[in-house]
Amino acid sequence: MSLLEQFPREEYLLKGNAACAGCGPALALRYVLKALGPRTVLVIPASCSSIIAGAYPKSAFKVPVYHIAFAASAATASGLVEGLEAQGIEANVVVWAGDGGTVDIGLQGLSGAAERNHNVTYICYDNEAYMNTGIQRSGATPYGAWTTTTPLGNKGRKKDLPFIMAAHNIPYVATASPAFPKDLVNKVAKAQKIRGFKYIHILAPCPTGWRYDPRLTVKIARLAVMTGFWPLLEIEHGRLRLNNPSTNLLDPARRRPLKEYLELQGRYRHLSEEDLKVLQRQIDEQWARIKAMLRVQEELEDQVEQGQGERQR
Amino acid sequence: MVELPVARPSVGAAGKTGNWRLFKPSIDYRKCIKCLLCWMYCPDGVISLSGKGLPVIDYEYCKGCGICAEECPVKAIEMVKEVEG
Repeated sequence: MSLLEQFPREEYLLKGNAACAGCGPALALRYVLKALGPRTVLVIPASCSSIIAGAYPKSAFKVPVYHIAFAASAATASGLVEGLEAQGIEANVVVWAGDGGTVDIGLQGLSGAAERNHNVTYICYDNEAYMNTGIQRSGATPYGAWTTTTPLGNKGRKKDLPFIMAAHNIPYVATASPAFPKDLVNKVAKAQKIRGFKYIHILAPCPTGWRYDPRLTVKIARLAVMTGFWPLLEIEHGRLRLNNPSTNLLDPARRRPLKEYLELQGRYRHLSEEDLKVLQRQIDEQWARIKAMLRVQEELEDQVEQGQGERQR
Repeated sequence: MVELPVARPSVGAAGKTGNWRLFKPSIDYRKCIKCLLCWMYCPDGVISLSGKGLPVIDYEYCKGCGICAEECPVKAIEMVKEVEG
């Protein structure tokens, strides 16, 4: 299939917007909106995207946007989707929130909306800090990363939100990257076909906050996946599956050295060999967990199958 | 009936963002293989396709990030300095 068949030419994120040059979230949003199409309402909490949307009387988005307070996006989307359904209006209700608005401030609203299983797609674009307000650390900032509030490197560990959302037993959870647009667009399109609460987490590099030359946005996003830092996966009705190219990365030897990803970013410049080992260990643990989950999943499925066979007898 | 102050979709919501540019992407059409990766990876959607399927950059809004030059598999895009001195 050619690129043009897969990606509509129509642009819903209009040029001349306020996003920084080389903005990873803007690139991800461009794909997301192409996948969603015009019958979409975006709910955006305080974030870089509130700025990118522009000031009255102009809007940089070709779809309606509901600007809402930091903590309220998932609750707002819940009400919005129920209201639209009550009126018989069909539309994609989609939250587009940053990592701060998702893993920190928006988490309780998000958890509640997921529990009630509203027909909403919640997309977190994760640039791993509060970039819009001046690069302050968030719960999604990885170990070791410099931010203005962690000048010696972050001591905490990146919160694993995709799996926290999976633990809510919602019908669909996925991770994505703007370096793999086909995968990203497929996941957003798939989410629209599933009824209930869907959660998609996109790792979106930020040249301003990650301290790199803006031309490297896609390269860095790709390396995040290829080094195993950011596995591409989906959890559909509780079933975990890796997506290409992460499918091949269960074997550590197939992963690119983590250094290749880190050395391009100024926020990791101060990292000691010891720090590098800590971060590498966290990534290895993450993969060991994924591997174990895949194995247990298979065993459970076998057991259920056997149980059904025995009952039928 | 009260008219609500609703913002309307507009190109250039933040002005002529081409003014931000320090380096300008310049496409060598003799090298271009029409793979469209530059079009796909442009975060600003300033690359459109000509009738012949060639990428065309809108310099009025291109911010000059250089992702197109970085991702071009045949190195057909060069970043050229905008102003000397």
